[in-house]
Amino acid sequence: MQERPPRTYRDGARAVAALAVAVAGFGVSFGLLARSAGMGWLAPIVMSSTTFAGSAQFAAVSILGTGGTVAAAVAAAVLLNARYWPIGVSVAPWLEGPAWSRFLRAQLVVDESWAVSAEGDGRFDPRILVGAGLTLYVAWVIGTAVGSLGGEILGDPNALGLDAAFPALFLALVLPQIRSRRALVAAVVGGAIALALTPLTPAGVPIIAASAACLVGVRHS
Amino acid sequence: MSTTWLVVAAVGVATVAIKATGPVLLGGRSLPARLAGIVDLLAPALLSALVVTQALADGRAIVLDARLVGVAAAGIALWRKAPILLVIVVAAAATAVTRLLV
Repeated sequence: MQERPPRTYRDGARAVAALAVAVAGFGVSFGLLARSAGMGWLAPIVMSSTTFAGSAQFAAVSILGTGGTVAAAVAAAVLLNARYWPIGVSVAPWLEGPAWSRFLRAQLVVDESWAVSAEGDGRFDPRILVGAGLTLYVAWVIGTAVGSLGGEILGDPNALGLDAAFPALFLALVLPQIRSRRALVAAVVGGAIALALTPLTPAGVPIIAASAACLVGVRHS
Repeated sequence: MSTTWLVVAAVGVATVAIKATGPVLLGGRSLPARLAGIVDLLAPALLSALVVTQALADGRAIVLDARLVGVAAAGIALWRKAPILLVIVVAAAATAVTRLLV
């Protein structure tokens, strides 16, 4: 058996160093877009500090910005974050120690930190997870603050084409998710449901209804 | 409390709770395979719905405008394996330029 040197928090930070730059860029976009959605400068920073989940934050803010209800915004965020339930279960055996420590470290789980800490065979390295998660968290919060506070100077985000950053971002997030035929079917059906319901229902509802597309998994599993 | 802060608080509490569930409560147990197979598909379905609505919806109307040019440019950038940050810059720039020209 090959001996591997024990991996450290710093190895986790190093594993996502380049990604952290992109995440900070996401944070800047989130700060700008949240501001343009009428959230003010402080709420986006507080949200990124307390809710460390980019796509759910973007979804909630974009629904609010297009006149959706609080319930629709929260429900969409919850549905987008539902994947953190099975993801959390997958890392649970490798997060040891007292409950408060597991609780705190669980907050550092995002798609990217989870992905780099995977060792295959369902094993996860908790130090890599924490080192990567902390690095991405700091990048996310600082990026948000820069976007939120710099928004004043930059002016109208739509003139800068930032409204197109939303669909571009979600496109960039959905493509790596499509690793199987089932995922492709879910994505196509979800998009079709959302498009069909847009003229018929209040903003936000089409996105929540699209979650029904995951039921294609029932027949295939 | 304003709508904004209500959403910030509710999304924050919900996200913290969802993330904590597995590591705090479930210990070493894993999801039944059937359920895991369904939950796995939530992300592609919801993200795809977000792409469609953010690119085409304006309130309840479906509108074809400069955003589509940006999304197409993003698609090309992703196909060329561009990093995500560049993809977003390309989408915004293509949309902004389209608005300047049209």
